[in-house]
Amino acid sequence: MKKRSYVGVLSAVLAASMALTGCAGNSNSSGGSNASGGQSQPAPGNSGGGTTEGGLIKIATQSPLSGSNSAVGDAIKTGAGYALEKRKEEFKALGFDLQLFPQDDQGDPKIGVSNAEMLISDPDVYGVVGHYNTGVAIPSSVKYEEGKLVMVSPANTGVKLTEEGKKTVHRICARDDAQGPKAALYAKNTLGVKTAYIIHDKTAYGQGLSDQVKMQFEKDGVQILGFEGITQGEKDYSAVLNQVTVKNPDIIFFGGLYPEGGIMIKQAREKGFKGYFMGGDGLDSSDMIKIAGDAVEGVVFTSVAGDVTQTEEGKKWAEEYKKVTNKPLETYSVYGFDSMNVILNGVLEATKANGGKKPTREQVLDAVHKTKDFQGQFTKVTFDDKGDNTNADVFIYKFDKDKSIFVGKAE
Amino acid sequence: MLAPFPRENKSSQRNECRKFVQVYKRNEGWESMINILPQVLVDGLTLGFMYAVVALGYTMVYGILEIINFAHGDIFMVGAFIGTEVLLISDALGALEGMNPFVALFITLIIAMVLTGALGVGIERIAYRPLRGAPRLVPLISAIGVSFLLQDLVRFTEALARNEFYLNSPALFTGSIPLGSIATIPTKGLIVIVIAIVMMIALTLFVNKTKWGIAMRAVAQDQSTASLMTINVNKVIMLTFLIGSSLGGATGVLFAQNYGTIDPYIGFILGLKAFTAAVLGGIGNLRGAMIGGVLLGLLESLSGAFMGPLTNGAFGAEYKDVFAFSILILVLLFKPEGLFGEAVKEKV
Repeated sequence: MKKRSYVGVLSAVLAASMALTGCAGNSNSSGGSNASGGQSQPAPGNSGGGTTEGGLIKIATQSPLSGSNSAVGDAIKTGAGYALEKRKEEFKALGFDLQLFPQDDQGDPKIGVSNAEMLISDPDVYGVVGHYNTGVAIPSSVKYEEGKLVMVSPANTGVKLTEEGKKTVHRICARDDAQGPKAALYAKNTLGVKTAYIIHDKTAYGQGLSDQVKMQFEKDGVQILGFEGITQGEKDYSAVLNQVTVKNPDIIFFGGLYPEGGIMIKQAREKGFKGYFMGGDGLDSSDMIKIAGDAVEGVVFTSVAGDVTQTEEGKKWAEEYKKVTNKPLETYSVYGFDSMNVILNGVLEATKANGGKKPTREQVLDAVHKTKDFQGQFTKVTFDDKGDNTNADVFIYKFDKDKSIFVGKAE
Repeated sequence: MLAPFPRENKSSQRNECRKFVQVYKRNEGWESMINILPQVLVDGLTLGFMYAVVALGYTMVYGILEIINFAHGDIFMVGAFIGTEVLLISDALGALEGMNPFVALFITLIIAMVLTGALGVGIERIAYRPLRGAPRLVPLISAIGVSFLLQDLVRFTEALARNEFYLNSPALFTGSIPLGSIATIPTKGLIVIVIAIVMMIALTLFVNKTKWGIAMRAVAQDQSTASLMTINVNKVIMLTFLIGSSLGGATGVLFAQNYGTIDPYIGFILGLKAFTAAVLGGIGNLRGAMIGGVLLGLLESLSGAFMGPLTNGAFGAEYKDVFAFSILILVLLFKPEGLFGEAVKEKV
């Protein structure tokens, strides 16, 4: 009797946990999944027997849809998906079935690469909008290069990404060697800081940006009181913050992302730090407010994404976006949107050049690479030889109690 | 950062020296390092007691079963989530308003301890007991499996319920107590320390003074002999998991209160450090785990704050873990059983 009940309990728990993890898999794939290939679309991979004669064209997104960066990752996916949805009819008229193929890179290089491998092995995938993390984009781009799959990044600012000479790599946003110096200049000229303490998260993005800021500060004679790294995922930064309070800098510059940045500013204020707190586009998320609480007020950050609601037309677009997607507007939403349109435009050009037939990936890549003066919803896109957008700008924002306020273009 | 030696004043050696000291003082020298020392110690203690209570869970299970329960860090994480959910839900219902924060914390702690205790017992039942006779590596792997399962279960349920998986705990205590002008202890930090000490004392009394405590020590010594002495070994092991896990869960609640933000992955780093603390103190030894935890917390805090100035910026706070773990390696090299462990005697 006793033994039977034991087996019963065991199998019940097993069944429950399997059901639960099974569900977890499903919920993942509804928002894109990892290498195991969560096709969220109803008709995956039917390149031959589609309803339209021209065939299936999938455009992938790769961004963190789970994990601590998922707020921004989801905004990129949603923005790109919205752009694709809007142009579905246009492509149907040409005989193509357009499909979004969202992937979750979890902000993890290993998962990004295995997703990329899966994408290049799928002949219907014609482009990738992604990534969010430079540290994920660089190793993944090796795979894209192998598969001649064009990548247009809405958010990667790491300098190294386009310096490696990969033809498939493009980005529509500014680079850290534009962002960092402009942030430092703003801190010195507008905020009037004389001493600075720089903290970074030891990632390709965070440290890279911090290096740029440091270089500019040194050039301008702003005294650097410290340059320290922290470990991503930790929640206690008192060790480094104790040093900051001793040296009492005019500004803490943080090179990293909002989960760490939010905690850091909160703990710094608790320790009585009164100076400015500044970061790069990694702080650009509405979740920053949730994490930092009241301490977020006055936090300044630069972003490579501008405020689309600055113009009347942009405001209209934002309203529509919120209505259709039922998601809050993040600053990267519109960049996801524009990146997708750059790729779709490339597909269109390549199709034209191919006489209306389905183009090859290489033709799409060439077409995207040649993008010139393409007016997106927010940014104008002209790629230079490396794949950087020559029209990219850097913007300054400031957090109020419950939202970030656009301050202006950083000069 | 040495200040240039003042050359212009040559009236007397002493004068020169004094001036040097003054200049040095002005430039964050020893003086300012002494000034922040109390604050560094306070931070280190808070962190250290957190490690210590989690380390107790590792050391208890190891003492009894000689397996390392790598899922313990994630039980801690589940405790943090349960506590935060309790607070968030009661906050949404308006129950927190007007309630004494100590009462609220107490209720939250009890709920989290009961649930994580049950979770610990369940894990033992499903993942460890069937493997009791297997080689020691096997339950270790199963522990790592449970650890991932817990992370993803929490991630999944939170994503389903709240559409995000890092939560911000409502803060019950916001004030801070100034210790003269030298340091301030945030109330929440003080509460962490006090509750951790209470839990550690209670556990020590339990193990040393009660019948069940004696039974636990007997099982730790020799399972089969203990069972011959009419001790129900399975029950004792269950009790060990119950106590260890509920302590871990309670620490999770304290962690969430102290740092505000939690995510499903907090158990990994903290669990690893607590495990290290247990090894540092001598794994299997309760007193060792406590002291090891506090020591590790202090080491981390001190090295984070002082390594930069001492090495002139060559090694910054980013190397604090390297430093702490180097000490661990040194200790293990010269005293392999840990600081307070006894050398393992052959069991007869």
